[in-house]
This record gives sequence, structure tokens and C-alpha cells, in this order.
Amino acid sequence: MARTVTAPGSAPARTPGRPSPRPRRRVKALPYVLLLPALVAELAIHIIPMLVGAWMSLLHLTQFFIRNWTQAPYGGLSNYRIAVNARGPVGKDLLQSFLVTLAITAVVVGCSWLFGTVAAVLLQRPFPGRGALRTLFLIPYALPVFTAVITWRFMFQRDTGMVNALLSDELKVTHGHPFWLLGDRGFAAVVIIAVWRMWPFAFLTVTAGLQGIPGDLYEAAAIDGAGSFGVFRRVTLPLLRPVNRVLLLVLFLWTFNDFNVAYILFDQPPAAADMISIHIYNASFITWNFGLGSAMSVLLLVFLMVVTLGYLGVGRLRSRHA
Amino acid sequence: MKARRITALVTGALMVMAGAGCGGGGGDKSSPRTLTYWASNQGRSIQQDQQVLGPELKKFEQRTGIKVKLEVIGWPDLLNRILAATSSGKGPDVLNIGNTWSASLQATGAFQSFDDATIAKVGGRNRFIPSTLTSTGAAGKPPGFVPLYGLAYGLFYNKKLFADAGLKQPPRTWEDLVTDAKKLTDPAKKRYGVGIEGASYTEAAHFAFMFGAQHGARLFQGGQPGFDSPAMVAGVRQYVDLLGADKVVDPADAEYLNNDQILGDFARGRFAMMMIQSFATAGLRENGMKDSDYGVTPIPLPDPLPPGGRRVASHVAGINVGVFKNSGNKDGALKFVQFLTSPEEQKILNAAWGSLPVVPQAYDDPRFQTPATRTFRAVLADEAETLPMIPQEAQFETLVGNTVKGLLADAAAGRPVDEATIRAKLTDANKKMQAGG
Repeated sequence: MARTVTAPGSAPARTPGRPSPRPRRRVKALPYVLLLPALVAELAIHIIPMLVGAWMSLLHLTQFFIRNWTQAPYGGLSNYRIAVNARGPVGKDLLQSFLVTLAITAVVVGCSWLFGTVAAVLLQRPFPGRGALRTLFLIPYALPVFTAVITWRFMFQRDTGMVNALLSDELKVTHGHPFWLLGDRGFAAVVIIAVWRMWPFAFLTVTAGLQGIPGDLYEAAAIDGAGSFGVFRRVTLPLLRPVNRVLLLVLFLWTFNDFNVAYILFDQPPAAADMISIHIYNASFITWNFGLGSAMSVLLLVFLMVVTLGYLGVGRLRSRHA
Repeated sequence: MKARRITALVTGALMVMAGAGCGGGGGDKSSPRTLTYWASNQGRSIQQDQQVLGPELKKFEQRTGIKVKLEVIGWPDLLNRILAATSSGKGPDVLNIGNTWSASLQATGAFQSFDDATIAKVGGRNRFIPSTLTSTGAAGKPPGFVPLYGLAYGLFYNKKLFADAGLKQPPRTWEDLVTDAKKLTDPAKKRYGVGIEGASYTEAAHFAFMFGAQHGARLFQGGQPGFDSPAMVAGVRQYVDLLGADKVVDPADAEYLNNDQILGDFARGRFAMMMIQSFATAGLRENGMKDSDYGVTPIPLPDPLPPGGRRVASHVAGINVGVFKNSGNKDGALKFVQFLTSPEEQKILNAAWGSLPVVPQAYDDPRFQTPATRTFRAVLADEAETLPMIPQEAQFETLVGNTVKGLLADAAAGRPVDEATIRAKLTDANKKMQAGG
């Protein structure tokens, strides 16, 4: 950027032979013109809807105005006051949903990363059938989410589902047929499906990251007498750090924001699986107060931005010190 | 030179894209030759609805030259879809709705109101059975919708299971219903007294209203919600206790979301009674149960009725049809409404759905002179109350319906659901209504 800014002043001095500035200006316009479609798309898809949402969060946008919502009365920060008042029923539910979502996200990100990394490391050395295994592992990631989750929903049903048939009737691990789609086990159901869907991505990313680690480092470590766990801890993990940094952030954002899994699984999730994006969706449709829903979305956006910037900032500091 | 050409090319491409974008933005103008129709799910499945409506839409096309594009929408999504269409202005030309939502949706201003001039175009007010017009919009305003199918709740009971248990007649009071249900329940044989659609928030809201009214509850007092009044708590408890305290409902029913699950179970004799709307008559036939194998009686009331309680065995249920104000083909849309409410189509469609015609001429058909139809008509005439026709009604259904659904799930998971729990949850719903409104 800096170079292009200084160019207009300095460039003519270095190339006095060229008389007309016009062709040069045209050359300089080109990159921007080429960027323009991306800029327009970014504005239209991200920035403008976000600003509109922020504006809506300041309105009393109820059923009387949704047809022509420019006429909705201005409500200032009243929607935010309702959303953050943890003693009121709306704020209490929002806070609970936020905590539940954080807990689900922590478990899902942890398990997905662990499974993905272990599988990637185990499959690092070539052996017969490695390609087939890799493909097999990627299936959950490649399946359309709707079909996959509907199948899970059938499997989790209390009396006709495969999960209870297996756990209770065959293995006798659980006593009787518990509900998976109602009550507290909804948490486990969401976590299982989310990990199942998410870990192949971790696997794929770590596998790619492992290709970038030079083989002679492993040889050197082996000569120094490191065991396979020592190699993993002292060679693989540190060299995977840049990959892991992005991977964990992406896993976090995807899981935290996920709408599909819990929505298809429950329609209206039980409190123990009340993912925040569905909670906001339901909260706005239930009372038809879309201003309040927008205020919750803005709060969510602010939280995710703070987390992302904080995380990247800390990572950058650490790599600078390293 | 090359750079300039590329610049021109890109700019041109952008202009084309922008132009296309504008075209897309305003592209909801229906031609006078087509209509889009959103139909709520009436039959046992969306596919069956399409099969029933398909030939009728063809008939309409042959008569008027207007092609109708049909989309059948399931109940769990219907209200959200309608709200989304309302806020975006991009919706169908004609749609049908649960009649209890009429005043709420009317308040959005997105629907063509049926003032005298408009209703004259579909044949005038007098064509419709007067009671069906009570739930078409807020009092004192021209109707926002016109009636399409009439529905009422009834108690369906399996004659063979009753005979096997030594029960000679269906219950006449709510207390009898619970006693009989206990007699009919045998969890070891996976047989239960009553079946419910426990995960359906609309069903839960209807029962909260009906049973609440039997205890004297009013949902709204001067626009303020009264969801946690003692009478409402007692009404909700009457419903939830079937699964919780009385244990006459299979806990698995708390997962049931679709009509087909409960209808199939009833047809297979997995439970002996269900409280459901008249459409079940058609659904049971689809599930291979003969009309003579079951009986229909009004849902019995507590005896004696609690002080202040009202004789409400059903709400004035039904489906209304309306026209979207943004429709580019309003004349065609009104023609289609007239077609759907004509005696001929009323006979065909209501017979297929098991619902009640909304125009009197249709009742000369023998298909609407069965004992079940007589029971439903009597319920509508003597023991039915219209849900409040106010803008907040739909919020009542979602808030209280989901609360009751949650209580059923708690009861199914074996948690105690007592009066205090019910009151606390209903108070939350009440506060949400106040905060949201």
C-alpha cells in the first residue's frame, strides 16, 4: 500500500522520458477496478447487512412494522438493556444459551482437534490402505449436513433409534431407554454430531500441515534417541503451531456459530443444547420482536470480534517474542 | 491500450451485474397467468397434500387459464415462513394460515383485507357459515382472511381396546377420562390410555387455552398477558399430568412432532384415546383404520366445572385463506379464493382432509353426515370458543406452546412437574411477552 501511495510523486522524477501521465494513471486504476467486484460483493454480502442489522437493533421492530420497517419507532438502547439484563427472562435465557454454546464449543473444538491430529500423525507414514482410510475419514465432512443430521435424528430417537438399541439393548451400558433429543442429553447429542462433522476438517488441515515438516528433522530427532511421543511433542507440535493457530480459530468460529446441526436435530433445542444462533433466531420469531433479535446478534458479533482479534493479537505477540 | 480495454470490460461487466441485481430485486411481479399458493399441511404428509391439490389446481387452470404454483409447508415452519415473506415483501400471492393467527398477521398490514368490495368478489360474506367468520381478524375491522376449512377438537377412542378393558362407553367427564386411561394403560405391553403430539407447540397452546378456559382463565386482560394466572396453571397442569402424574401417556410421545406419528400409533392400537382435530378422520383412513373401529365424542370437561370455568371443549379451529398485498395478480388471487371456497371444491377438499366445509351448501353431501361430523359440528356450535382475535395471539401460541412443550419433555424425562414449576415457567413466558411487545 505504502508504495502505491508514494508513487505519484516520485515516479515521474525517475522516468522523465515519458511525457503523458494519462497512461500511467490508467495502469494504476486497473488494480482497483479489478478489486471492485470483490469490494462490491463484500459490501453487499457482509458490511451492508451488518450495518442494517445494527440499525435494526435500535428499533422497536414488531409485527406492526415488519412490512415497512423503516417506519418502526426508534427505541435507542432499550433492546440491548433487555438482552443483557440477566435478571429478566430474556437476558437470563440468552446468558444461559451463551454459556451452553461456549461449553459445547470447548468440547467440540478440543475433541475435533485431538482426533484430527492423532489420526493425521498415525496416517503420516505410508502403509497399504492409507489412501482408503483417509477417504473414509473425510466422509462426514463431505456429506450434506441436512441428510447427515436427519439420519442422526433417527438414530437418537428414544424408542426406535439405533443409539438406544445399541447402548441399552445390546451392550446394556444404559438402563432403559433415555431421551437424547429432550432434556440434558441433548448436550451430548449435539456434541457427538458436531465432533463427527468437524474432526475430518482438523484431520485434513493437520495432514496438510505435516507435509510441510522436513523429514530430516524427524531423522535427527530419532538419532538423538527421541521416542515417537517425544518426536511428536518436540518436533511435530511446535512446527504445527502456525497451522494449529488458524485451525483452532476456525473450529471455534464454525462450532460457535453453527446453526444447522441443532436446528435440524431439535427444531427447538432443549435448554442443554440451546446453541446461541438458534436461540437468537427463535427469540426474535417467538415474540416477533426483530429489533431485540438484532440487538442479540450485534452482541454476538462484538463478542466474536473481540475473541478473534484478541486471539490473533496474542498469537502475533507470542510469535514476535519467539 | 490493453489496460484500457480490460478496465472497460470490467466496468461493463460490473454494470451488467448491477443491472441484473436490480432486476432480481424487483422481480416479484407475477404475471396475470400465474399464481403462487402456499398451503399449510392438511393431510398425513406434504406429498399427500400435493396429490390432493394437484388435480384441483389443474381444474382451476383449465377454467381460468391461470397456472397455480403450489408449495405445501409443514406446521413447524409455517409461521416463520409467513413472517419472513411479510418482512421481505416476497411471498406467495395466496396463502392459507391457521385461523388463530388471523389478527396477528392482519396487524402486519401485509394482507389484502376483505372489505365489502373485496369480499363481494369472492361471493360475499353471506356465503360463509357465520361461526367460521368469528376467527378471520380483529373485531371491528374488515376480515383479513376468509374461512377455508373448518376444524374442531374431539376425543377419538378405539372401540376394541375399550371393549377389551370392559369399558362400555367413552368417558363423559375429565375424571372418567383419567380413570379409564389408567385402566387402559399397560406399559409392559407398550399400551397406553392416551396419545399426544408432545413436541408440537401449536397443539400444546391449544390445550393450554382450552383447559385454562375450563378453569376460568382469560389469556389477555385489556391487552396484558395473563399466562400465569392460577386458572392457566391449573389448565396446563391438567394436560401435563396426563404424562407426568397420571402416567397414562407413553413418555416417547414427548418427541412426537407430526400428525402421522400419533395417527399411526392410534391406528395400530398402541394407545386407546387421543384428543385431536377433525382432520384425523381422514388421516386414520390413510393409516388403514376403518371409520367403524373408532368413535368420536367431545373432549369431556371436568365435573363439576371449577368456579368461573367455561364449557370449552375446542377452540373455533380451522384454516383461513388470504391474499398477499404485494401480489401482482390480485384479481387472479381472488378468483382462486372464490374457487377454493366454492361448494364444489369445499366438498372435494374437506372430504379429503377430514375437515368441515365453511359454506352451508356443501353439507348436502353424504360424506359430511357421518356421526363424527355431527359430533364436530355440535362441538363447534355448543362448546367452542374463539381464541382471542388480537395481534398478540400468535405470540401466545409460540410462547405458551413452547413452554408447555418443555414441561412435557421434563415430565417425560422423569422430572417432577408440579404447580410451582408450571407457574414459574408460565411467569417467564408472561415476562417475555411483556418484554417483546
